[in-house]
Amino acid sequence: MSENGHHVVSPKIYATILVALLVGTWLTVQAAKIDLGPWNIVLALLIATIKMSLVILFFMHGKYSPKRTQLVIVAGFFWLAIMLGLTMTDYKARTPEPSRTATPPAIEIQRV
Amino acid sequence: MHRTGELYGQYKTLDQQKETATLGMWIFLVTEILFFGGLFLTYAINRHEFPTAFGVGGNMLSLPLGFANTIVLIASSFTMAMSVWSAQTSNKKLVPIFLILTLVLGTVFLGVKVVEYKQKFDHHLIPGHGFDITYCSKNPAACQLEGKDLADEIKEIKEGVEAEGGVVALNAHAQLYFSLYFGMTGLHALHMIVGAGLLLWLILESRKGRFDANYNTPVENIGLYWHFVDIVWIFLFPLLYLINRHLA
Repeated sequence: MSENGHHVVSPKIYATILVALLVGTWLTVQAAKIDLGPWNIVLALLIATIKMSLVILFFMHGKYSPKRTQLVIVAGFFWLAIMLGLTMTDYKARTPEPSRTATPPAIEIQRV
Repeated sequence: MHRTGELYGQYKTLDQQKETATLGMWIFLVTEILFFGGLFLTYAINRHEFPTAFGVGGNMLSLPLGFANTIVLIASSFTMAMSVWSAQTSNKKLVPIFLILTLVLGTVFLGVKVVEYKQKFDHHLIPGHGFDITYCSKNPAACQLEGKDLADEIKEIKEGVEAEGGVVALNAHAQLYFSLYFGMTGLHALHMIVGAGLLLWLILESRKGRFDANYNTPVENIGLYWHFVDIVWIFLFPLLYLINRHLA
């Protein structure tokens, strides 16, 4: 705690997070080179989410923020989940439009 | 008005005053999450619809450059966090040093992005009239492709054409990928440029010794912004560069 009551995160923690983020970056590249079928994207997003959480909790002091601020952070992702989730369910539940399945009309492109 | 550490009338304590500023910054960042969220949603729907074209498009990007840039940006987040720490512990001389490091790393990131954009321009991958996803497989010399890389590229384009049902369809849907690539990385780069401007101001102010344990709200809040831009890239990197790397 500093004199005005704010939590000061030590450089040691920042350095640890830096190393974790670099390892995560290396890991996500290695994971992408293995064929996991539909699980490639799941693993990539999982690693990215863990990296994001580390940045928010430590670099952005989310862990040490007052409850009110933490609520705003969580609410932000809650709204994002609504936007992504509800749009995707709506999208998945529809029959495809003809334009999505048909081949686009051939356009002659003049190249120089 | 020259803001310093003094207490404004509407607050009880300095702590409350700072907390309010940080809360306001977070509310702004929430709007930014939703702003970028719309683009990620567009990406998700189109990738789901055209997985082959997105895979072919993704493999056209330079993995070494994207990987290096991710490391540069993560390092810049670390130096930004360290400048906040320097201010909080009243290491007034260290604050501008870490801020300058952050600005340098941010500029390196943007520079690499320029190199990448130029490469896409040379490879006919800018959406529009001249777009041609098959350009590199047909003109390997212009793309410095040879040996196994060239064979892989030709094979991938061939499979892409088959899966999409023709080269016209592959080109149309690969253009969707590249429109999103330029839209998302472009908006991200724009945020970086804004961040660089903010950093420049912070550097000038911190050199006057304005930020210490008592007053460091601008360092803290611009830091939050910088970390947010880093988070966006943490998602953009796997989503744009690593779609189908196991095929390449």
